[in-house]
Amino acid sequence: MSTKGEFYQRDRLWHPPAYAKDYKTSVTRSPQYALISLQNSASEITGPTFGHRDIDPIDNDLISNYAQAGESPIGERIIVHGRVLDENGRPVPNTLVEIWQANAGGRYRHKKDTYLAPIDPNFGGCGRTLTDENGYYYFRTVKPGAYPWRNWVNDWRPAHIHVSVFGSGFAQRLITQMYFEGDPLVATCPIVNTIPDKAAINQLIAALDRNATIPLDTMAYKFDIVLRGRRSTLFENRLEGN
Amino acid sequence: MTQELNYLKESPSQTAGPYVHIGLAPGAAGFDIYRQELGWDIAGPNAKGERIRVEGIVIDGTGSPIKDVLLEAWQANSEGIYAHPEHPGEVEDGFRGWGRVITDFATGEWGFDTVKPGPVMGRNGRMMAPHINLWVVARGINVGLNTRIYFEDEVEANAADPVMNIIEWERRRATLIAKRTERDGQIVYRFDVKMQGEDETVFFDI
Ligand SMILES: [Fe+2]
Repeated sequence: MSTKGEFYQRDRLWHPPAYAKDYKTSVTRSPQYALISLQNSASEITGPTFGHRDIDPIDNDLISNYAQAGESPIGERIIVHGRVLDENGRPVPNTLVEIWQANAGGRYRHKKDTYLAPIDPNFGGCGRTLTDENGYYYFRTVKPGAYPWRNWVNDWRPAHIHVSVFGSGFAQRLITQMYFEGDPLVATCPIVNTIPDKAAINQLIAALDRNATIPLDTMAYKFDIVLRGRRSTLFENRLEGN
Repeated sequence: MTQELNYLKESPSQTAGPYVHIGLAPGAAGFDIYRQELGWDIAGPNAKGERIRVEGIVIDGTGSPIKDVLLEAWQANSEGIYAHPEHPGEVEDGFRGWGRVITDFATGEWGFDTVKPGPVMGRNGRMMAPHINLWVVARGINVGLNTRIYFEDEVEANAADPVMNIIEWERRRATLIAKRTERDGQIVYRFDVKMQGEDETVFFDI
């Protein structure tokens, strides 16, 4: 009989390094000492749990969760759907997925965003949901626009959706960004290019999914998210006790 | 050639960016959308133990406060039990042990109210000193940073803590210890995070 043990070591060569000189803000916000590696204890194996009492069914529908009655936001209507899996390929059920994004014009509903594209009165720009027992999730939203940002003088973020996921243990906590198939801005983005490996970047580009499109209504993109996998302790579990 | 192992790769991390509040704390971004935002009440009304407040600031390599940080706390209750199905024991009704705070846009100060956690059983039967696990994300942070808040008044437990003792440089251990003060009758622990430079906070690869 096996029990669940530690999470697999995070592959730090697959993730972006803390210091990435072309993403200028990282220069003064990157630790310079090496991280201290810890074997997992109860503090890392456990993590917060969420249930249907925490959120509402409408929270995953960005087309209606902030719109006035009878209205909807401007933009291409899309479904974003996929599964949350672990590195063993197993679904991660009942886990909280939260997203946020700019509107179709590339403007965020945020008091610190001053880009001249207009706020959409019918679009908030955030959503959240729990994965089902198969790790499946979906959102309905509008495709976000590209927007300029201060890094080099003429930098534009590719269209993207920010994604936050929990998993079952605090060691799995992850924030990332989803990009869109075919967007030419992905290749030149200094934030995308903090990720050293092209195959890792491709893992963040959602594919147009014609099978999930709703004809005459909404396009669809498929985005699977992978969290750290977990060891099965075959002989002895020394996480706690003796 | 060998057989393929066929493991998937973890999705690579990307920065939370300057507008993380929209998704994780929309009230702070300036709008009201959810029935309830998550992470505002860590301990709940029934938690036993000492009520405390934890406060701090996150400082960048130039010595300036970072004003767009989001922090998440994960802690055990006063008896060292995590609110999680895999951790043996029961927690008080309403105790979640998880919290989410953002820094003030003007000052960079953050703070949360909770109860002081108890010692938690660690690996190989070695007790860990009371601590709060902290996860820090912001614009310019490419992968969320993990650290731990320990408590100044737990001198003996801290000295015996297996994680503290992994840190080879004794001087760096002090960066994980929150200073205990009292303000208007309330216990306040101060925990500043330094990203770089002298007394850079110890961050963990967990
Ligand atoms: Fe963004």
